[in-house]
Amino acid sequence: MLLIHCPWCGPRDEIEFAYGGEAHRVRPADPSALSDAEWADFLFLRANPKGVHRERWVHAHGCRRWFNVERHTVTHEILRVYPPGAAAEPDAAVAEAQPPQASQQGVRS
Amino acid sequence: MSNSHRTASGGRIDRTRSVTFTFNGKSYQGCAGDTLASALLANGVHLVARSFKYHRPRGILSAGSEEPSALIQLERGGHTEPNLRATQIELYEGLSAASQNAWPNVNFDVGAVNGLLSKIFVAGFYYKTFMHPQSLWMKLYEPLIRHAAGLGKAPKEPDPDRYDKMHVHCDVLVVGAGPAGLTAALAAARTGARVILADEQNELGGSLLTSGETVDGLPAASWIAKIEAELAACPEIRVLRRTTAAGYYDHNHLTLTERRTDHLPRGAAPHLSRQRLWNVRAKRVVLATGGHERPLVFADNDRPGIMLAGAVRTYVNRYGVTPGKRAVLLTNNDSAYAAALDMQAAGIAIAAIVDVRTAVNGPLAAKARAAGITVLENRAVVATEGGKRLTSVDVMPLAADGGGVVGMARTSIACDLLAMSGGWNPAVHLYSQSTGKLRYDEAAACFVPHKATQALHCAGTCNGRFALPDCLAEGVAAGTEAAREAGFTADAPLPVPRAEADAEEPLRPLWVVPSTQLVGRGSGKHFVDFQNDVTAADVLLASREGYQSVEHLKRYTTMGMGTDQGKTSNVNALAILAQSLSAPIPQVGTTTFRPPYTPVVFGALAGRDVGELADPARVTPMHRWHVENGAVFEDVGQWKRPWYFPRAGESMHDAVNRECRAVRNGVGVLDASTLGKIDIQGPDAAILLNRMYTNAWSKLDVGRCRYGVMCKEEGMVIDDGVTTRLGPNHFLMTTTTSNAAKVLDWLEEYLQTEWPDLRVHLTSVTEHWSTASIAGPKARDVVAALAPDLDLSADAFPFMAMKEAVVAGVPARIFRISFTGELSYEINVPAYHGLRLWTEIMKAGAPHGVTPYGTETMHVLRAEKGYIIVGQETDGTVTPQDLGMDWIVSKQKADFVGKRSFTRQDTSRADRKQLVGLLTQDPTMVLPEGAQITAQAGGTVPIPMLGYVTSSYWSETMGRSIALALIAGGSRMIGQTVHAPLADKNVACAVVKPVFYDPEGVRLHG
Repeated sequence: MLLIHCPWCGPRDEIEFAYGGEAHRVRPADPSALSDAEWADFLFLRANPKGVHRERWVHAHGCRRWFNVERHTVTHEILRVYPPGAAAEPDAAVAEAQPPQASQQGVRS
Repeated sequence: MSNSHRTASGGRIDRTRSVTFTFNGKSYQGCAGDTLASALLANGVHLVARSFKYHRPRGILSAGSEEPSALIQLERGGHTEPNLRATQIELYEGLSAASQNAWPNVNFDVGAVNGLLSKIFVAGFYYKTFMHPQSLWMKLYEPLIRHAAGLGKAPKEPDPDRYDKMHVHCDVLVVGAGPAGLTAALAAARTGARVILADEQNELGGSLLTSGETVDGLPAASWIAKIEAELAACPEIRVLRRTTAAGYYDHNHLTLTERRTDHLPRGAAPHLSRQRLWNVRAKRVVLATGGHERPLVFADNDRPGIMLAGAVRTYVNRYGVTPGKRAVLLTNNDSAYAAALDMQAAGIAIAAIVDVRTAVNGPLAAKARAAGITVLENRAVVATEGGKRLTSVDVMPLAADGGGVVGMARTSIACDLLAMSGGWNPAVHLYSQSTGKLRYDEAAACFVPHKATQALHCAGTCNGRFALPDCLAEGVAAGTEAAREAGFTADAPLPVPRAEADAEEPLRPLWVVPSTQLVGRGSGKHFVDFQNDVTAADVLLASREGYQSVEHLKRYTTMGMGTDQGKTSNVNALAILAQSLSAPIPQVGTTTFRPPYTPVVFGALAGRDVGELADPARVTPMHRWHVENGAVFEDVGQWKRPWYFPRAGESMHDAVNRECRAVRNGVGVLDASTLGKIDIQGPDAAILLNRMYTNAWSKLDVGRCRYGVMCKEEGMVIDDGVTTRLGPNHFLMTTTTSNAAKVLDWLEEYLQTEWPDLRVHLTSVTEHWSTASIAGPKARDVVAALAPDLDLSADAFPFMAMKEAVVAGVPARIFRISFTGELSYEINVPAYHGLRLWTEIMKAGAPHGVTPYGTETMHVLRAEKGYIIVGQETDGTVTPQDLGMDWIVSKQKADFVGKRSFTRQDTSRADRKQLVGLLTQDPTMVLPEGAQITAQAGGTVPIPMLGYVTSSYWSETMGRSIALALIAGGSRMIGQTVHAPLADKNVACAVVKPVFYDPEGVRLHG
């Protein structure tokens, strides 16, 4: 069970949260302008990386606020937590981010 | 008290407290402090079990949680528990235990015939033998296998015990209270850090309880007591005895199971929960879990009386038990020498130490020789004799490479005990569960922790450091470092306790002990996995058949898949596999270690969430009235809703028909309090509704209601309900009963993540209001009696309008909305007035024959009108257009959630399943819901299925059955005949429009 730092409530057990899939998938301002393929991409296609993933979580059994998480999908290391609307780290920076040393992993205080 | 195999003195048992227990119906005596295993051994009982597959006689192999053989059914009735390790059952007065997997008894077991058939019970036997025909699997093969090969029996009665759970955080969790764990815990606790120390045994000390070594100049027991006292003086320490760390999960979350009363007679401590499941979140974890001794794999290495050398030493030193009178030791390392010395001191005659190594000259061997013990170097045990108890072993010299024996001459040595040691494995189970990587240590021939992935430290034997001084030093270092990383340091560091250890000679791996015949030939069996009866020959056969990945090997042979998870067998098995592949052991690798470390009882996992606490029941304020008036309830989500209100002698069918007639011809009342209600406020509330619902909301007048359908982005219906404008910036949305929370979440998600600029606030008010829906031609009369000042004329209070009024003396909101097709008023009052409202309605309605009705009648009435129920007519693949509700999808609005998808290829298909009505040719035939629909009657399978029945009822109003169905291209099939092929007959149905009653809505608007 992950320990997730809610930006508003602090570190809480994963059971208090609900998962919201890939982050930064913004609903198109004018869906009617999109081709079927573009709309299908928005509806159905999501990244499934082995490595750092930016994803949405909601503190469903807490403050009920949504936020974004950068999580390493192999180690489950949570690298960053940030509010919705905040910009993601540039891809290059994420790709270069190394998991912290073993003794630092798992717990972020 | 006299036991045939008890030492005169010594051990940690209390010889003054005799404990009476029964095993297989026979009464025995043990001592307080015994385990069931030690007490049985003290009574000379070795034969305690029959093996899983071959029903071979089995004894006690180990002295701890790794025990694969001595599995016991403990107690009877509701207290009974199967598959417990005799080595971990603490003896208590009146304990009653029995052998498993033996019929009629462990001494004479009919299933032992399997042993004679062993040539066919090889690896992959089930897959090979029970292939065909498939139809016999469930009927014959599986029950047969389950009967023949088995463990204990699950209790049939409810669990009489209570269990509870704890959720705790700590700075440092130390698992294991041996020398490394004790020093780690003390080093960490002295810093003021919050420390939890957990150990699966009843007392602290770990291996020191067996070895009795001297630490800091004190005998082991005194040193342990001193450390315990020092720990107790620390400010933030919690010591959990009888507590097993069962699982290591993400982010340093561990589960511990604490056995609080299992060591007491059943029912002796009713004020205590039996077990407690601890959920621990630790900043740092120190794993000091010790190790497990490996058996050696030689012919017939499973007879009762063949034990691990370290275990024999434990029985001798800790329990004062001599498991035999005359012993042989078989070893590939020095640790057996320490055991031999202690055994001899306890009065066991040591016939010989058989050592597979050549030239053994270390200090321990010297001590053994000085004590007069014969050491037979470069030899091995190649056969054993004895049916239900070992009687002798055969010894032969080994070839130089260990791959064979020299000559044909055997030396037979009479003995009733064989103590073996194949080296030690660090107990890396928790470490591996934490996803830490292992490294193979060639010298110690075992896997040791290599690269941690979580915030943990390994210390002592768990870390591959076996000698006591190393364990003590690593414990201090790990505890100090863990506390420091968690933010705590001590004023003065804990000095490393002093201890000494004999230098040990190198171990010689000998994964299969050779004999005069090849492994698998002859009658000898080289057991690797004692619990699942997997032999070296099985491993080799699997390898030859291509199961060369260790994970394949495991599944094909079932090696390591028993309740012991192969604690004593895994490394031996994969080493034998590696040998057969001529591959290095690290290349073969280990199988995945999974929780739990030892089995966890379901009760502990459930905790208090059983019985009525398993799932909370939600009831409305009117619930008491429903109960008192004989309602039968239906579960809708967590809600208890009245299903129907039967009168004396009425069947459900009678009651529902009567309720339907009452609503259509007179007046009925429904408790509708469970409908989800969301209060929506803010200047942008109408904009939010416009974007979330498919129809338009901006122009809805205050005091007016509108029905809406909500879709997901892919255009599929997720909910429907009526929303009312209470003020310019204030709406009240209703949702279906079971979707209330989901819809609130859905709206919140869009508000927070897509449109944070919208000024809207959402509040769930479902439980703030009680709702009674009064429906029927006489509804107006009843409401008039309750609210005499309110103008109820159709002009003043039309359909789809809301009025605030005082009803039965209570301020109320009245919504003129209908789910029955009748004139209907939904009266909402603050929740705590709900029961009063209901009783007043019953009183005021009595002259009009007001009839309470339940959800079944509601379903029938709405189906007569063709009103959908989300989740019944929809399943997440249905668009509003599929439901024939094009009228509710706005053409004017530029965008709303789902709109873009209505022009997707898939949603535009003409052959989509569409909602239709079905009328069976036989009007008395009520179709089963879920029945498939076909175009033709009969035909050869597979027959194309057009769709299925979503709702089906007897309609008392229509005097016939009615049904709703989703059928491919259904909207163009009105008037055609389709068929419902049922198990026993075919039912022809006419496809009709999905409105059966009052299609013009005259009654609704009346």
